[in-house]
Amino acid sequence: MLTGTATYVDDIKMPNMLYAAMVRSPHAAANIRSVDISKAAAHPGVMAVYTGVDIKDVGAIVCGVELPGMRKPHHTVIATDRVYLVGHIVAVVVAKDRYVAADAADLVEVDYDVLDAVGGPEQALAEGAPAVHPQWADNIAFKFEQKGGDTDAAFASADVICKQRMISQRMVANPMETRGCVASWHAADRALTIYTSTQIPHLARTILAGMLGLDENRLRLIAPEVGGGFGCKLNVYPEEAIVSFAAMKLGVPVKWIETRRENFLSTIQGRGHVDYWEIAAKRDGTIVGVKVKIIQDLGAYFQLLTPAIPTLSVLMMPGLYNARNIHAEIVGVFTNCVPTDAVRGAGRPEATYGIERMVDVLAAELKMDPAEIRFKNFVAADQFPFATATGLNYDSGDYANTFTKALDTIGYKKLREEQATARKQGRLVGIGISTYGEICAMGPSPAVAAGGWESATVKVEPSGKVTILTGISPHGQGEETTFAQIAGDELGVPIDDVLVLHGDTSIVQYGIGTFGSRGTAVGGTAVYLALQDIKEKVIRWGSMLLDSNDVRFEGGMCIDNASGKSVSIQTIAAAAYRAMKIPTHSEPGLVATRFWEPGNFTYPFGAHIIHSEIDPKTGQVEIKRYVMVDDIGNILNPMIVDGQLHGGASWGLGQALWEHAIYDDAGQLVTGEFMDYAMARARMMPWIESSHTCTPSPVNPLGVKGVGEAGTIGSTPAMVNSVVDALAPLGVTHVDMPLTPEKLWRIISASQPEAN
Amino acid sequence: MIPNTFEYTAPLTLKVALALIGEGGKPLAGGMSLIPMMKLRMAAPEHLVDIGRIAELNYIREAGGELHIGANATHYDVESSPLIVGKCPLLAETAGHIGDIQVRNRGTLGGSVAHADPSADYPAALQALEAKIVLTSATSQRTVAVGDFFIDTFTTSLEPGELVTEVIVPVEAGLTGTSYQKFLQPASGFAIVGVAARIRREAGKITVARIGVTGVSGNSYRALKAEAALVGKAGSDAEIDAAAALVGEGVEAGADLHASAEYRLHLAANYAERAIRVALSRTA
Amino acid sequence: MTQTISVTINGKPYTHDVEPRLLLIHYLREVVGLTGSHIGCETSLCGACTVEVDGRAIKSCTMFAVQANGASILTVEGLADASGKMHRVQEGFWNEHGLQCGFCTPGMLMVSKQILDRNPSPTETEIREGLDGNLCRCTGYQHIVKAVQAAAKAGV
Repeated sequence: MLTGTATYVDDIKMPNMLYAAMVRSPHAAANIRSVDISKAAAHPGVMAVYTGVDIKDVGAIVCGVELPGMRKPHHTVIATDRVYLVGHIVAVVVAKDRYVAADAADLVEVDYDVLDAVGGPEQALAEGAPAVHPQWADNIAFKFEQKGGDTDAAFASADVICKQRMISQRMVANPMETRGCVASWHAADRALTIYTSTQIPHLARTILAGMLGLDENRLRLIAPEVGGGFGCKLNVYPEEAIVSFAAMKLGVPVKWIETRRENFLSTIQGRGHVDYWEIAAKRDGTIVGVKVKIIQDLGAYFQLLTPAIPTLSVLMMPGLYNARNIHAEIVGVFTNCVPTDAVRGAGRPEATYGIERMVDVLAAELKMDPAEIRFKNFVAADQFPFATATGLNYDSGDYANTFTKALDTIGYKKLREEQATARKQGRLVGIGISTYGEICAMGPSPAVAAGGWESATVKVEPSGKVTILTGISPHGQGEETTFAQIAGDELGVPIDDVLVLHGDTSIVQYGIGTFGSRGTAVGGTAVYLALQDIKEKVIRWGSMLLDSNDVRFEGGMCIDNASGKSVSIQTIAAAAYRAMKIPTHSEPGLVATRFWEPGNFTYPFGAHIIHSEIDPKTGQVEIKRYVMVDDIGNILNPMIVDGQLHGGASWGLGQALWEHAIYDDAGQLVTGEFMDYAMARARMMPWIESSHTCTPSPVNPLGVKGVGEAGTIGSTPAMVNSVVDALAPLGVTHVDMPLTPEKLWRIISASQPEAN
Repeated sequence: MIPNTFEYTAPLTLKVALALIGEGGKPLAGGMSLIPMMKLRMAAPEHLVDIGRIAELNYIREAGGELHIGANATHYDVESSPLIVGKCPLLAETAGHIGDIQVRNRGTLGGSVAHADPSADYPAALQALEAKIVLTSATSQRTVAVGDFFIDTFTTSLEPGELVTEVIVPVEAGLTGTSYQKFLQPASGFAIVGVAARIRREAGKITVARIGVTGVSGNSYRALKAEAALVGKAGSDAEIDAAAALVGEGVEAGADLHASAEYRLHLAANYAERAIRVALSRTA
Repeated sequence: MTQTISVTINGKPYTHDVEPRLLLIHYLREVVGLTGSHIGCETSLCGACTVEVDGRAIKSCTMFAVQANGASILTVEGLADASGKMHRVQEGFWNEHGLQCGFCTPGMLMVSKQILDRNPSPTETEIREGLDGNLCRCTGYQHIVKAVQAAAKAGV
């Protein structure tokens, strides 16, 4: 990666390889009158053009989620008679190179009968709204309800009830590498090889084999280096099936690489919530109940996990608090937009944002310090494992301790004094707190569509070098390093002797993949367990070689406790493969495979505090300090962990301040390029002061919890709470994201006309 | 994304280039605006005349109390040229605000000026500097005042066959202070509002004030009323505020996704205030 | 249709016939086979394709290969010296964990080199401003900033 030799999917070149270009609908809703491919097909260098009719035998896109009474659209990989989102594929052109393919795609003539579209979830529910799918006039895909305790009684007993509507706007994952794939067909073996930029190689293989009607064991799926996923590559998309279809038809390899524009129009997006929160409390700040009604913008059809994401929000809605009575309702709504699905945080940011905002709203109503009200309601350290009102079982934690550390780090008391002084000068200074929790290490299989276990094979080769095959599929999370560290520690071998392989279904045993902050906690545990099996074998072989019944394994050596004589793991490995003599009840070789099923999720948590100031003249927010204290259980590699947290924070701050996938009423994405869709750049990010507390997770033997999404989840509410706190003297209790300068300037100038 | 096909010529002399441009060829300078538009297929010129190899358009020199800058000077050249930094710091400072390092390394003064993007940075400075633009065709050459050059969004007084070949800016005498202040569009880095101020203060009184504004409307402009309000004043806070408040007066502000017209006008006043304040602080 | 270009890339001469519309990034990646430089967008805003042309960092997705005729080009593949010793910016990114998925990294390295070539001891703000043309979605930039700081130190 540092020398330019890493292989990403667009770096793959094969003999006779052709290039595909998708022809996409420019309309959000239209009936297709006709598709004329004649000019495109006649264009020099074009090998084939396929429409929905040609590809009708390829199966529809798979959604792995079932909810009671759910309406599931049948999304074919190429549209035939109707399009329902901008970017919907209507044809594919396959040509000798990407330049010719692009030229020919422009020559496909589609006659559309353009229909009215729905550009957002509340528009979808409005009286007389156009139907995204004609068979479902109300645009409602499902309704889902979850209750815990008795909210009616709790709300009746409350001294104060606060209500707030809030929006978690749509955001685009935008990994720096867009999607892309190369498919290659070997007709003689009826075998297909697909290189695709994915987080879930094995699941993708199973799904694609089904869509294409191939034997799963003859489909080899390889995730090469993947340039970021963030959930959007936790999916199987139409293009992967289309490219495979074309490769099988034409008998030569076919490549397709998504453009950035296509990425905005055809790769799943995140969030898309309109939420109505209510929180009920006693006068002393004790929270007695929480309600939320979620309107989830699902988009036009379902990708792999689309309907499941808001249900994750519901699970997380009590946050870190002793809220025993909860009531959540979800209305899942179709819109003529890109489907929403799992994007970094996936459901938990929405919930954490909601509960952390509501706690601040409540504190303001009760004129309590937002830190004090949190301490009052935290689940206490002696309550773990803690059964939540939403049916979860929090594994471990000491929320007050972590929060205290964050408050001490930023100097909370002094900062509040400084804020009081600044306010007297008319300055808009804010201190925003987020004490977040999240669900990580996805997860027990009953709770995860497609399974939540993970696999690992550890092979100690005859030379003593160690090869690890992991079922997860790292793409920037650094598990190649972390797993090598684990193996190095367990086997006493140098880290450089350990090779971690992943992402090739023909090399690695079946696995689930990388998402839901599960890589180390679930995948790493499988590695750890396989290493324990290896150690057992090593001791058996060592005992034989040392001719002793009392040996220990330490620092890569088997040592006879009586004589002190020792033999190295390298020598043992050689003996195990040479097998001149084999220990009783043993067999040759030094290989172990383990599949690990976790008994629970893990529940990392933390406290993020942001000190900000708003320029009243422009509405621009300046982050003066950002302190985060995260408890993710045991930490195996601090630098990797901090990198995950910093990156996560750039997303959370992005959601709070900049990012917004804006659709107009016609269903057009108006922030559909980097020139309009703002994301964190280096100059926009503050220096982050990161530290940790540690309550090891009892869920896995490594004691780890997961860190990939924590920064995203914790940062957004801290930022918004900071800005709302800055505006509190103006009577502001809530502002919807993103907190653009103009939005804040309007609020400020409306309340302080003299200042402008 | 992939541009349409086109014919490409890279002449080494201005004479050949102008002949080709006269025949309808589209000049390609740094390409920082044109190439992305071609890739998105929003532009599809049939014949590109790459002027990047014409050495005679690549110079920065002082003559007659003015700096003459060839059209091929990159933003980085402008930003880092000791001559410009020393003798026309406003232009150098403004160049440093354009895009990013890579864009400044490749984009040219002539290309940017000819493109006339309403959110570009240079026009604010050029307005404040009362720059002159030299337009050359195969048969003629004329020098146009910047106020007459920029006509509207992506529209200039360039006639078919003409090329921007030089930009002329004044050498600043002592006692003049300048500043460019910009409010960024966070995604693209373009100016939502950019204000360039150029102020001369003699014996405690402002004698010359020039304020150029970009981003606010479809065209850059000089804020004449604000300038007039400053002349003769000492430059107190109240005087600066009063003048800055006039920057958007009578201007039909544009509105887009990133800023409403009202906000743009408000920012224009606010950034004018900053620019004037900084410029004044540099008059000493 | 095609035109002949000659360039020097990482010290080696190349001559090819290319279509005028061929973008420099596609020339480097597909014709020459140097796939270290990446494509992250169409609009010259992500910087993943950054290479040096005649000593200046530029975005090779916003330049036609024909425009580079005669030029000397340095790509990420040419950053290390002939003996394979990594350039100090590469060392910095390695030591400070300045990369995660690695996709933006080649562009980050190339622009970091340019930052330090022009300003051997930049401030944090100057580094952040210098990185303005390059997007990273993984790191939040902090470790990249530290990597450039480390590289700066190594150059002193």
